[in-house]
Amino acid sequence: MLLRLVPVVILTILIGPVLAGLAGIVAPALGYLPVLGGEQVTLHWFDQAAMAPGFARSAWISYWTGLATSAISLVLVVLFLAGWWGTRWFARLASATAPLFAVPHAAVAIGLAFLIAPSGWLVRLVSPWATGFAQPPDWLIVNDPAGFALLAGLVIKEIPFLLLMTLSALPQSDAPRRIRAARSLGYGRVWGWLSTVFPSVYAQIRLPVYAVVAYATSVVDVAIILGPTAPPPLAVQILRWQYDPDLTLRFTAAAGAMLQLAVTGGALVTWWLGERAVAALGRSILTRGWRLPRDRALRLASLGGIGASALLVIGGVVVLALWSVAGLWQFPDALPDMLTFKHWMRHAGMIGHPTLTAVQIGLTSAAIAVLLVLGAVENAYRRGITPTQRVLALLYIPLIVPQISFLFGLILLVLRAGIDGTFWAVVVAHLVFVIPYVYLALADPYAAFDGRYLSVARSLGKSPARAFFTIRLPMMLRAILTAFAFGFAISIAQYLPTLMIGAGRLPTVTTEAVALAAGGDRRVLGAFALIQSALPIVAFVAAAWIPAILYRRRRALRGAGAWT
Amino acid sequence: MKRHAIGLDLNDVDIQLDGRRIVALSHKIAPGEVLTVMGESGSGKTTLLNFVAGFLPPAFDATGRVVLDGVDVTAMPAERRQVGMLFQDPLLFPHMSVEGNLLYALPAGGSRAERGTRVSGFLESFGMGELGPRDPATLSGGQQARVALLRVLLAEPCALLLDEPFSKLDADRRDSVRKFVFELARERQLPVLLVTHDRADAAAAGGPMITL
Repeated sequence: MLLRLVPVVILTILIGPVLAGLAGIVAPALGYLPVLGGEQVTLHWFDQAAMAPGFARSAWISYWTGLATSAISLVLVVLFLAGWWGTRWFARLASATAPLFAVPHAAVAIGLAFLIAPSGWLVRLVSPWATGFAQPPDWLIVNDPAGFALLAGLVIKEIPFLLLMTLSALPQSDAPRRIRAARSLGYGRVWGWLSTVFPSVYAQIRLPVYAVVAYATSVVDVAIILGPTAPPPLAVQILRWQYDPDLTLRFTAAAGAMLQLAVTGGALVTWWLGERAVAALGRSILTRGWRLPRDRALRLASLGGIGASALLVIGGVVVLALWSVAGLWQFPDALPDMLTFKHWMRHAGMIGHPTLTAVQIGLTSAAIAVLLVLGAVENAYRRGITPTQRVLALLYIPLIVPQISFLFGLILLVLRAGIDGTFWAVVVAHLVFVIPYVYLALADPYAAFDGRYLSVARSLGKSPARAFFTIRLPMMLRAILTAFAFGFAISIAQYLPTLMIGAGRLPTVTTEAVALAAGGDRRVLGAFALIQSALPIVAFVAAAWIPAILYRRRRALRGAGAWT
Repeated sequence: MKRHAIGLDLNDVDIQLDGRRIVALSHKIAPGEVLTVMGESGSGKTTLLNFVAGFLPPAFDATGRVVLDGVDVTAMPAERRQVGMLFQDPLLFPHMSVEGNLLYALPAGGSRAERGTRVSGFLESFGMGELGPRDPATLSGGQQARVALLRVLLAEPCALLLDEPFSKLDADRRDSVRKFVFELARERQLPVLLVTHDRADAAAAGGPMITL
C-alpha cells in the first residue's frame, strides 16, 4: 500500500540529506576534492582552519552564546510557568508570546537592531531630553565583539519556541493536581512547580531544548545581523571561507564545518552534564523540605523577562514597519517627520520578486510536508501504531545537526547532480526543516481526535478512505491549516538552505533581508524584514479564519476548539 | 448475497489479549430481540462490540464467528457488515447539519432532491422536521440521541449495537430516549446487542441478559 511507504519517504527526506551532507564534507575536509585540485588526503586544512586568525575566539563565541541562549531562555520560560501558570497574567502573556514563534529569525534580529542600536528607537525615545544626545552615541551595541547583542536576539527568538513546547508538554504532566498537593504542603508557588511538575515537563521538552542549543551554537542569519564581526561566530566564518574568491579556502571551510560539529557537540555535552548536575542538586535539595514560600521577587523577575522579550519582538516589528514608511527621520526624533509609501513604490519591483519566490517555496514545501505528515499519521492510526520516543527523536536530527555542517556537504552533491539553484532542490532542502515542525503541530491533535466519529462513519457503510476525507479532514481542518501555517513560517524563515542550495539564483525576502542587513538602507531593509514577518502572520491568520468562516454555523468547530 | 432477517448469531466468541481472556460468549439474538450484556467498566463489554462491529484492534486475538442473517461477517471490513452502532455520545458530525448527518448515512442512489425529500420526510415522521437545517451542536442531549439513532437506521442496518447509549442523558430524558430506541428496533425487527452497567437499561430492554 502506498500509505505504508509514507514514513519511509519522510525519513528519507529528513535523514537522507543530513547523512549525505555529513558524508559530503568529510572528503573535502580531508583535502580530497579533485575538482579543486585536492587529490591527497591530509589533515592540513584542519590546521588551516584552526590556525586562522581568530578561530579560537570564533569557536568560543559560538559555544558560549549558544549555551547562554539556551540557559537564559529556558530559565525564563520555566520560571514564568512556575510562577504564573493558571493566572490571568499567564494566559494573557502566553497567548501574546507564543505566536511570536512565527516571526522569522532574521526579522526578529533586524527589528532588535533597529531598537537597540545607538541610533535606534530606544535611544531616540529618551533623547535628547533624558540623555542629552543630539548625535547617536558612539557605542558598539549591535555587533559587539563579545556577542551580547547576538545573545539577546537569540534569547527573544527562542523564548516563544520553548514556551510553545512547554505548553504542549504540560497536559501530560498532571500539573494542577501536583501543584495543589505541593502548595497544600506549604510549598511556594515557584518551588512547588519546580519540584513536582518541572521534572516531567523537562523530560518531554529535552529534544526541543537540545535543538535550541544546537541552533544557537551554529546560527548564521542572526549572527550576521547582530553578532560580532572580527572575528565572527564560527558558522559565519565558515560561510565567509566558502564564498571567498580564493577557492582553496573551500577546503578550510569544509574543515571548519567539521569543527563546527565539534563545537556544537561540545556544547551539547556541556548541556547534558549541566542537566546531570541540576538533577543531582535538585534531588538533594528536595529531601531538605525547604518550602521557599517567599518567591515574589522571582515571580516578578520572570514576568518582567518574558514581557520584555515579547515587547522587544513586537517593538522590533513595529519599528520595521515604521522605517519602511518613514519620510525624513533624523536622530534624535522619536518619529519620522512624515509617513510615506514612496519607498514601497520605488522598490516594488525589487521587493516583489523575492516575496513571490519565498511564497512559492513556502506554499509548496508546506503543502508537501502536510500531505506527507498526514499520510504518516493516518498510516500509524490505521495500523494502531503509537510512534515511540526513539522514532520521534529522528525528527529532531535535522534540528540538532548544525545546518551549516551538512548543507555544506549537501551543496557539493547538489552541484554534482547539477540541480543547484533549482526550485525543487530548494524545496527539498526546506522540507528537511519544515517536516519536523509540521509533524509536531499535527501529531497531537491527530492522536486526540475522537476515533469513534470514524467508527460511526464506517458503521454507516463508508470505507476508511471515505471516512478520512469526509469526516477526519473536515473536522480537523483547523489543526491541518495550523500545521500548514507552521510549515510555511519555517520555510519563510530559512536562510542558509535557500542561500546555499539556491546558489543565489532564488533570492527570497529572507536572503535579501540578511544581505541588506550590513549597512543597507533602513527603509528598504525595514520593508524586506516587515514582509518577512508578515507572511507567516498572514498564514496563521488565514489558518484561524478559514475554518471560522467555513464553520460559522457550526458551533462545535467555530471556536478555538479541541482540534487546535 | 440476499439477507433474510434471521438474527445475529454470536457463535463461540472468545476474545483474548496477551493470552488473557477478555470476553467469551455464545448466543443467538433473534430479530426484534435485545440481548443485554452487563458488566463493570473494563469487563470487556466494549471489546465485544468492537469485535461484532469490525473495530477490534489487531492486538486482540479473537476466535468464533459473527453470523448476521445467515452471512458470516467475521472477516468483513466494518463498512460492509451492515451493523449499526450507537455510542455513549451521539457523535453527530459537527461539520454537517442534522440533515447532512442523515444524508451521509442514507445509502447512495437517487437524485439530490429525492434524497432530501426522503430524509426530511423521515425526520418529519418522528416530529423532528424542524431540526433538519440545525447545527447539531445546538440540539439538546435528548434530541441529539434521537438523531443519532435515526442516522443509524437510515443506513439500513441488519443489527444494532448499543454501547451504553443512555448513560450520559439526564435521568428525565433517559426513559423516553430508551423507549424510542427499543420501540424502533422492535418495529424494524432488528437484533440488538446492548452493553451497559445500568440495571434499568436491562429491565427496559426486556430480553435475555448476560453478566460478564
